[in-house]
Amino acid sequence: MKFSFTDEQAEFRNVLRRFLEDKSPTTEVRRLMETDTGSDPDVWRQLSQDLGLTGIHIPEAYGGQGFGISELAIAVEEMGRSLLCAPFFASTVLAATAILKSGTEAQKKAVLPGIASGDTIATLALAEASGEWTTDGIAMTATQQGDRYRLNGTKSFVLDGHTAGLLVVAARSEGSAGRNGVSLFTVSGDAPGVERALLKSTDPTRKIARITFSDAEAELLGTEGTTAAAIDSTLDVAAICLANEMAGGADRLLEDAIDYAKMRVQFGRAIASFQSLKHKAADMLLDVELAKSAAYYAAAAVDDGDDDVPAVASLAKAATADAYMQTAIHAVQIHGGIGFTWDNDTHLWFKRAKSSEVFLGGSAYHRERLMQQWNV
Amino acid sequence: MSEHTEESVRAEVRQWLADNWDVNLPLLEWRGKLVESGWGAPHWPTEWHGRDLPVGLVPFVDEEFEAAGAIGVAMIGIRPLAAATILAHGTDLHKEKFLRRILTGEDTWCQLFSEPGSGSDLAGAITKAELKGNTWVINGQKVWTTSAHRAQYGLLLARTNPDLVKHQGLAYFILDMKQPGVEVVPLRQMNGHASFNQVFLTDAEVAPEFMVAHDGDGWEIATTTLMHERRGADALKKFQKPSSRPERIFREQADEIKIALEPYTWYPQRAGRADLVIERAKQTGANTDPVIRQEIAKVMTLSKCAEWTARRARAAQQEGRPQGPEGSLGKLASSYVAKTSNNVHTMISGADAMLTGEDSPMGGIIAEILISTPAISLAGGTDEIQKNIISERVLKMPKEPRTDTNRPFKDVPKNLAS
Ligand SMILES: Cc1cc2nc3c(=O)[nH]c(=O)nc-3n(C[C@H](O)[C@H](O)[C@H](O)COP(=O)(O)OP(=O)(O)OC[C@H]3O[C@@H](n4cnc5c(N)ncnc54)[C@H](O)[C@@H]3O)c2cc1C
Repeated sequence: MKFSFTDEQAEFRNVLRRFLEDKSPTTEVRRLMETDTGSDPDVWRQLSQDLGLTGIHIPEAYGGQGFGISELAIAVEEMGRSLLCAPFFASTVLAATAILKSGTEAQKKAVLPGIASGDTIATLALAEASGEWTTDGIAMTATQQGDRYRLNGTKSFVLDGHTAGLLVVAARSEGSAGRNGVSLFTVSGDAPGVERALLKSTDPTRKIARITFSDAEAELLGTEGTTAAAIDSTLDVAAICLANEMAGGADRLLEDAIDYAKMRVQFGRAIASFQSLKHKAADMLLDVELAKSAAYYAAAAVDDGDDDVPAVASLAKAATADAYMQTAIHAVQIHGGIGFTWDNDTHLWFKRAKSSEVFLGGSAYHRERLMQQWNV
Repeated sequence: MSEHTEESVRAEVRQWLADNWDVNLPLLEWRGKLVESGWGAPHWPTEWHGRDLPVGLVPFVDEEFEAAGAIGVAMIGIRPLAAATILAHGTDLHKEKFLRRILTGEDTWCQLFSEPGSGSDLAGAITKAELKGNTWVINGQKVWTTSAHRAQYGLLLARTNPDLVKHQGLAYFILDMKQPGVEVVPLRQMNGHASFNQVFLTDAEVAPEFMVAHDGDGWEIATTTLMHERRGADALKKFQKPSSRPERIFREQADEIKIALEPYTWYPQRAGRADLVIERAKQTGANTDPVIRQEIAKVMTLSKCAEWTARRARAAQQEGRPQGPEGSLGKLASSYVAKTSNNVHTMISGADAMLTGEDSPMGGIIAEILISTPAISLAGGTDEIQKNIISERVLKMPKEPRTDTNRPFKDVPKNLAS
């Protein structure tokens, strides 16, 4: 359903929101963002084992909960709202989806239950130094050696790449170009020839790494050279999840800013009573609600098996990214000087908004892709 | 008008620099010569370290200094605001004691206006000043005080009489920051710097002669300071860069910049660095992307228009004409330039915008832009306050009815939070 949530979905959201309010207050976010791992093992265990979130869209046959992308989107929206520091996007959204779409039956049976239970933390290593989340942007090569492969090259902007136990890596056969010859591989995070470096990120609540592969041993997922479509549709799901995550963050920023404006007095009255601030707030609400509509629609489109998922994925990514950043700018502004301080929480979302703006491709890229998808 | 012309001023300053500029002088000694000759602040009165030169001719002096590679006076940070306020409203004692050391850079200043409960509404200050015996005793808290941790003196706005209406019960003081009743606690900003502070005032003292003008004039004097601050926040705002020349005077200046200007290292970035946009686009190849080219053209257009608007305002001032609306728009324009530049730098950097620190583009400069531009829409008066000023004072639109100016200040609703 694209325009409303079921009672079950609404209840799921409530439970999750309470859980995250409890487990991921900004004091925890601040504690974890200063660590290298950027995640709390206890909370990870609870959200995977008690709540089953890590396997939410993984079919029951592979140890998951068998829900749809709409439910996954609700989960990430709530995580975006609370800025949960955890490798959820990396493992469940990116890696599990990629394996679901590209692995053989045996591989899915072997790998997905671990991700679903939270015991395996996986990630997708796709973008390289050029920072493109496209099959065209893949330069890394894979060379066959018996029934194994050797990977050579460098991946960048890999979410939780420094801690993940399992890396799903995109590479191409030597001499191939464009969409041909692209495959996905699994590589153990601590395999010989894998060198990982945590990068300093604009958004410290989300850890990213650069990973260099030097003759690292890899297992092919599915059939060699035919994975471009699976990667594309993994990226569609990822963009849609990110859109929902951003909608959640923007919603929270708006809520906090309005609360503050109602409380803050200048010139003998609440600043919320100034018409210019009310108009700003109304514009923010419009931005946030439009963004949510795009994010929800796109998630439901995946579950409905719509043909235009690639188009709406890009539409949703660009729309929510722009709305999130604009909301963050306004939210700092409404807080005044306090909004520019480290101790005020607004900047935590501001930085998430800034880095989400370019993660999985910027708005100009996604708008161009939308035009192409619509044959414009 | 005076007998000076561009040519005569240029010739005079060039000659003076040829006779006096000496890279082997200690910085302070050189600044002393600037002060004595009047070339450090040529538009100031002759009796106060200036030459009574019309403001319109000052840019030619600056250009000659630049051409000679000569170092100027230390007019940076709050110093120019302090000097302008003292020149306009100060006594001879103030001028004697402070102006010279402002020019030489021996004293650093800060602006103790904003409080936890009053930022946009500066006249809502509740920091108390009470005359006890022959001393003003100050109690209260200031906040967002840039460079308070470096400052010898602060420009202080404080309430002397809460029974009067808010704008009347205020006085303006020059506060000695290096005394026991002044506690400065740095505040970390969202970009990691800590250039502003909380300042706690507990029985801090000011001698009566360091009140500027009279008790009750505080708001008027503060307005002078703010006007200079906002006028100075336009697109022509320049930032001193340390020279890499090896001579002593340049090393001393580099040290000065490093220490006294430490709170301001990120200020160019908060303005958005439109100046780096084209260079970055060429470096990254983003200059071949037609979409980004359009965005670059837009930000450069905005930035140029803002610069020319600021020049129109300065030209009016230099020609002794009253400024038109262009004089009130510079700060707001700077804020829009900063926002737009941030956006374009993000587009140009692409995924690299996710990175910060030394490994990120331009050694972290770009990352600093991305998380610093919000400051420019707040500091020195928010965009909303600027818009109120523009609509009410320039466009003469009616003011909103006010509820805080028609009763004693003590009866005006205040923050629950503060
Ligand atoms: C980097 C930086 C450096 C600074 N340095 C100094 C310094 O050296 N000395 C100093 O004294 N101060 C300094 N300030 C403080 C600055 O001047 C204040 O932050 C600013 O004036 C806003 O006040 P506030 O923070 O109390 O916000 P508030 O006044 O509470 O404003 C909150 C929001 O309400 C809006 N608002 C308030 N009144 C109105 C209205 N009438 N109509 C519409 N909207 C309104 C504001 O625009 C803002 O969006 C600095 C601030 C920054 C960010």
